[in-house]
Amino acid sequence: MAFITANWNPLGDAFYRKTELYEMRWNIRDGLKDSLVAAAPYGGPVALLREPHRRSPSSRPQLEIYSASGVAIASFPWKSGPVVHLGWSVSDELLCIQEDGTVLIYDLFGSFKRHFSMGQEVVQSQVLEAKVFHSPYGTGIAIVTGSSRFTLATNIEDLKLRRLPEVPGLQGKPASWVVLTQDRQTKVLLSIGPELYVLDNTSCTAVCPPDLSQAGSIVHMSVSFSYKYLAVFTDTGHLWTGSSNLQDKLSEVDTNQTEAPKQVVWCRRPKSQHPSVVLLWDRLLLVVGVCNDTIQFPIENQSVLVGEMDGVRIISSTTQELLQEVPLVCQDIFKIASMAPGALLLEAHREYEKSSQKADEYLREIKEQNVLGDAVHQCVEAAGHEYDTDIQKALMRAASFGKCFLTDFSPDHFVTTCRELRVLNAVRESSVGMPLTHTQFKQMTVQVLIDRLVYRQFYPLAIEICRYLKIPDYQGVSRVLKHWASCKVQQKDLSDEAIARAVCAKVGDSPGVSYSHIAAKAYECGRAELAIKLLDFEARSGEQVPLLLKMKRSQLALSKAVESGDTDLVYTVVTYLKNEMNRGDFFMTLRNQPVALSLYRQFCKLQEQETLKDLYNQDDDHQELANFHVRASYREQRLEGRLSHLQSAVDEYTKAKNDFAAKATEEEMRLLRFQRKMDDEKGAGLLGLSLQATMEALMSLGLHKQAEQLYKDFRVPDKRYWWLKLKSMAEKEEWEELEKFSKSKKSPIGYLAFVEVCMKNNNRYEAKKYISKVTPEQKVKAHLAVSDLEGAADAAIERRSESEMGAVLSRCSASDRLLIDKLNRARAATAAKK
Amino acid sequence: MAHDVRRDSPELPDFSLLKRLARDQLIYLLEQLPGKKDLFIEADLMSPLDRIANVSTLKQHEVDKLYKAENKPVISASDQLCFLIRPRIQTVRWICDVVNADKAAGKFRRYKIIFTPQKFYACDAVLEEQGIFGDVTTDEWAFYLLPLDDDIISLELPEFFRDNFLAGDQRWVRTAGSALHLLHSLYGPFSKIYGIGRCSKMAYESWRKQVEEGEQKPRQAEIGNVFLIDRDVDFVTPLCSQVVYEGLVDDIFKIKCGCVEFGPDVTSSDKSVKVMLNSQDKVFSEIRNEHFSNVFGFLSQKARNLQTAYDKRQGMDIKQIKAFVSEELKGLKQEHRLLSLHIGASESIMKKKTKQDFQELLKTEHCLLEGFEIRESISFIEEHINRQVSTIESLKLLCLLSVTENGLLPKDYRSLKAQFLQSYGVDHLLTFSNLRQLGLLVEQQPGETLTVMESKVGKLVNDRTAGKLTDAFSSLAKKGNFRALSRKLNLVPKSDEEYDLRVPRDMAYIFSGAYVPLSCRLVEQVLERDGWTGLEEITRLLNGHEFSVTGSNGADLKQKNNAQRIVLVMFLGGCTFSEISALRFLGREKGYKFIVVTTAITNSSRLMEALLD
Repeated sequence: MAFITANWNPLGDAFYRKTELYEMRWNIRDGLKDSLVAAAPYGGPVALLREPHRRSPSSRPQLEIYSASGVAIASFPWKSGPVVHLGWSVSDELLCIQEDGTVLIYDLFGSFKRHFSMGQEVVQSQVLEAKVFHSPYGTGIAIVTGSSRFTLATNIEDLKLRRLPEVPGLQGKPASWVVLTQDRQTKVLLSIGPELYVLDNTSCTAVCPPDLSQAGSIVHMSVSFSYKYLAVFTDTGHLWTGSSNLQDKLSEVDTNQTEAPKQVVWCRRPKSQHPSVVLLWDRLLLVVGVCNDTIQFPIENQSVLVGEMDGVRIISSTTQELLQEVPLVCQDIFKIASMAPGALLLEAHREYEKSSQKADEYLREIKEQNVLGDAVHQCVEAAGHEYDTDIQKALMRAASFGKCFLTDFSPDHFVTTCRELRVLNAVRESSVGMPLTHTQFKQMTVQVLIDRLVYRQFYPLAIEICRYLKIPDYQGVSRVLKHWASCKVQQKDLSDEAIARAVCAKVGDSPGVSYSHIAAKAYECGRAELAIKLLDFEARSGEQVPLLLKMKRSQLALSKAVESGDTDLVYTVVTYLKNEMNRGDFFMTLRNQPVALSLYRQFCKLQEQETLKDLYNQDDDHQELANFHVRASYREQRLEGRLSHLQSAVDEYTKAKNDFAAKATEEEMRLLRFQRKMDDEKGAGLLGLSLQATMEALMSLGLHKQAEQLYKDFRVPDKRYWWLKLKSMAEKEEWEELEKFSKSKKSPIGYLAFVEVCMKNNNRYEAKKYISKVTPEQKVKAHLAVSDLEGAADAAIERRSESEMGAVLSRCSASDRLLIDKLNRARAATAAKK
Repeated sequence: MAHDVRRDSPELPDFSLLKRLARDQLIYLLEQLPGKKDLFIEADLMSPLDRIANVSTLKQHEVDKLYKAENKPVISASDQLCFLIRPRIQTVRWICDVVNADKAAGKFRRYKIIFTPQKFYACDAVLEEQGIFGDVTTDEWAFYLLPLDDDIISLELPEFFRDNFLAGDQRWVRTAGSALHLLHSLYGPFSKIYGIGRCSKMAYESWRKQVEEGEQKPRQAEIGNVFLIDRDVDFVTPLCSQVVYEGLVDDIFKIKCGCVEFGPDVTSSDKSVKVMLNSQDKVFSEIRNEHFSNVFGFLSQKARNLQTAYDKRQGMDIKQIKAFVSEELKGLKQEHRLLSLHIGASESIMKKKTKQDFQELLKTEHCLLEGFEIRESISFIEEHINRQVSTIESLKLLCLLSVTENGLLPKDYRSLKAQFLQSYGVDHLLTFSNLRQLGLLVEQQPGETLTVMESKVGKLVNDRTAGKLTDAFSSLAKKGNFRALSRKLNLVPKSDEEYDLRVPRDMAYIFSGAYVPLSCRLVEQVLERDGWTGLEEITRLLNGHEFSVTGSNGADLKQKNNAQRIVLVMFLGGCTFSEISALRFLGREKGYKFIVVTTAITNSSRLMEALLD
């Protein structure tokens, strides 16, 4: 630990260090020579395409995918066209840009996901160079074609191709070019000889870096990770650095190298003291600070630089190193003879471990300056920046030690850093291979880290991390389980049963994991049976329906929809089935689902009458068919149409063995014909009336004979007929006729009716005529009806009925004193007799 | 007559919150279509809307003109049309016609359809079919519940009854579930839920699912118990003629959305008057639950009291008169106006109802309920039909006969139907078909053959189908059970004792002491027993589907706090004012407060009209 500063190199008044991250676990015979290499930032995976330009059909180039530590993830022969460029998307997908402009997308495990083209014209002109870039909008691709035209796609998830304007005077590809994202616009900066041009959506503008003294051709350019800074390398060996909007110059350094570097990458960290640019040649790595200082590293193996937000990773065939500016806090603590609070605290703890009283001295010194809090913070922060676990531990222990002497000190910073370091150390592990720095981790957030672990199928580790960091299930464990299950269902070597069981056992009823989602995945992989098994675990039946429909399990979908109790869902399925199936099958399906059938019937009643008929036909539901015809007959204006509908109804009723209805309908037809005849002959206007109304109308027209005919033809009950006649005659005040009629035979409706009807027509005289004929039981009522109180009283007394006497009494007014007395006496007498 | 209210009677929750919520949401939705717009309102939404937001409120939110949504071409100059409708296919089709007509005429307008209480998929399907899906925007106005009174909340969905029970169309069940969910989230959590009927069970399930999906904030429950009941559990009660004042007013003048229109014969002027009937009306609130025979006495007493109050003026000095005028007179005048209206209404009712026919009608109904003199009742019904007294009344009597008698004898069934068709036209064949389907008017089936057949068929087919068959059979057999139910639940009090309607003994007073409404008796029994235990026989007769569930906050179930004595009774398919009166009576007797939630207020004629074709 004493040699912690051994790999520190001064640059200006800052230090740069190169730390080894991994011994690469891969075994590459020819090193990185002749390969297309793509390594994703944030400790992302590495893709290698060996000898991409070897065009012999017998030996295809091999595409290999490794983790950052060199663990092989996938390897397969490249069978498509020649590849110009490889790159990684933000969600760890490999983008392979072919010469003909086709972009093929693979996942981490080398399985093909999808492809798209960078434009039709590219097929002709070919892609000369391509770049993959990241912006707030996602992952983008830029290409330059053989016809010297640039095409951009800023987000491959939402593909919109933009062809940039022509660059005057450009032949082939420019000497160097970069993609810039500025002011929410994506631009291309390119160089032709000594000139620089900015190419945006609409124009191509010549620009000039301020104070670029040495006018040579620009052969290389690089933008920083944040797109804020630009580095320009000219063929005179000069490196100009400045802001990417070309407003300010930072520095200009003569590198004394005439050859163009292979790679130029910015190396800076947030709040950087001395940013620098790293240039890579075959045998030399040069760090050029903006302070004009340089550091040189010799290179043994062919290497690749990967720009990170806080440093540069250098990947060679054997090792991987991180080159970064030593963070200020680490400088403070570890700089030789540093008197920073953190350094003193570290020293104090070291002495304490040695049981030396010097510990107290150091501590006292810190306390005297009143900076113990700062000291603890420094140690904690420095620990975050260190890669070596021993150093991390030493720093954290020192912090913990210092913390003991503080009251009122919030432990949060210490605790979170501890946790995060544990997580970081776990993912840096060579078998996992994600060499994330603490700064990167903070930037990328733990959610994204979990996603990335999930992409790499490190499910147990991801779940452990979720649990360890106490991430709510919804965002944490459940999400991982969902991915896991989606991946699990793709395992071809396991039986449906086994997978379903495994999924159910693990997922259980974790919140936020939808079985229908997993089932959909299973179905996508062609495992319909498994999908159905999984759907069974889905608690919400409504969720199962869309997938079942997609799987063409329409019957099941329908019954699940019905089960859900959501009629809209049922209806959705019904509509779907209607379009998918032939009519016969559709009806058969509905027949087994009464709920759906009723719903569809309701809809048909309003929208598709004919379908309704077909439905009934299919079911041999003659009763409903007949009803349907009856209903239709009422909508029909013409008599013939009506009759023909009614005839069909009669047939159907007969088939339904509903003789009653059949007969009633037949009678209706007879009545209609009769009415038509009458209307034609007498202009009676009867059509559509009920039998009763017809007879009434006939009587009021004086057509008694015809009314009588109906009475006989339709076997109208005597009672009804008598009522009718009675009413009609009374209304027409044919009192003599009425009397004759009353005597024609014994009234089936009794004679009280006569009394009442006469009274209704205000003829008390006539009413009284019939009182004598009224049965004794109704006498009182009859007398009361004609307001003959005395008669009523007599009748009641005669019948010795208390209740009737009461009824009469209630009608008496105060003036009927005599009558009241009489009744009361009679009542008393009857009561006494009892 | 003033009832002695139990002093510990709990307070009802404040349901005006429901109105406020509905209004705020409507305003929000109207604001979604900024600028002046014409509003088309579905006819039967007019009155409910009026109770939520009046015209000036609508105008404040840039509603220019108001129209009734009728099946006619639109005459509106506005370039923005907003439609406030029920999710009915006919109305949506009309809107499609309007939009397509505009298109043909080259007129450009913006259209917005607000469905209430929710949108159905079928509506979208129609919009799509007519090719205007992209031309209109749609929204949902979650206006589920309209408080008609302190203790009555209506969904104002009369079609619920026919759609659900006749057509078997269950789309409204979710609406009922959502309505219950709304009440639960505002006044819950419920600690106990009872119910009976297929639809009730489904509504309960739907509600439960919604509770599971959402989150419930722990709060003090205002409503403790809930009772769900299907209308088809008890068809007898709504078929009976109502004789309690509020019910009578509904039967005769038709109460619409808590409001009645009294015609010239009541107001004794040439104008009609619209009156709100609720507990705010001091006169009405005292007579609404009274048997009609008591109403007159009460009103005349009231009139006398009023006179005395007026008479106080005599012998007052100036100061006192001033105080009298400013404080009391207005109230007295208001009371006076209402009193004269109710007296007018009572007179009008008297005229109609003391007539011989009505007395005989009541007598027949009572006979049917008791099961005496059935022959005489049948001839009464026959005569009723022959004399064409009223289609609806005849039908109602037929149904009551069938329901109480376990179906008609084949001979009667045919002859009565034939006579009915002769009187009212053969198109009622369809009505009979509907009534038969609902089990309201059926032919008697010899009971034995049924069970024999059932067991035979049961052996032939698998269990599931057998279950369905049993369902079908039992629904056929179901009507037969009224007598048994009546005996077991003691629905018909012994008739030999005199029933004093002034001092009601039990809920039977609402039917002149002749019958305790089955629905309310069930509520009473279940609350008493805290579930269905001991009522197994009854539920079997009612075709099952009963349930009783202890809610989430079962812990404080034991506490007899106020919420536990507030019982929400939800009628799926409608309830009558008589039932509400009966429940109010029960509440007074047992110290409960009942809140009635219903899909709509119904009565015998509405029930029958819903089943005409």
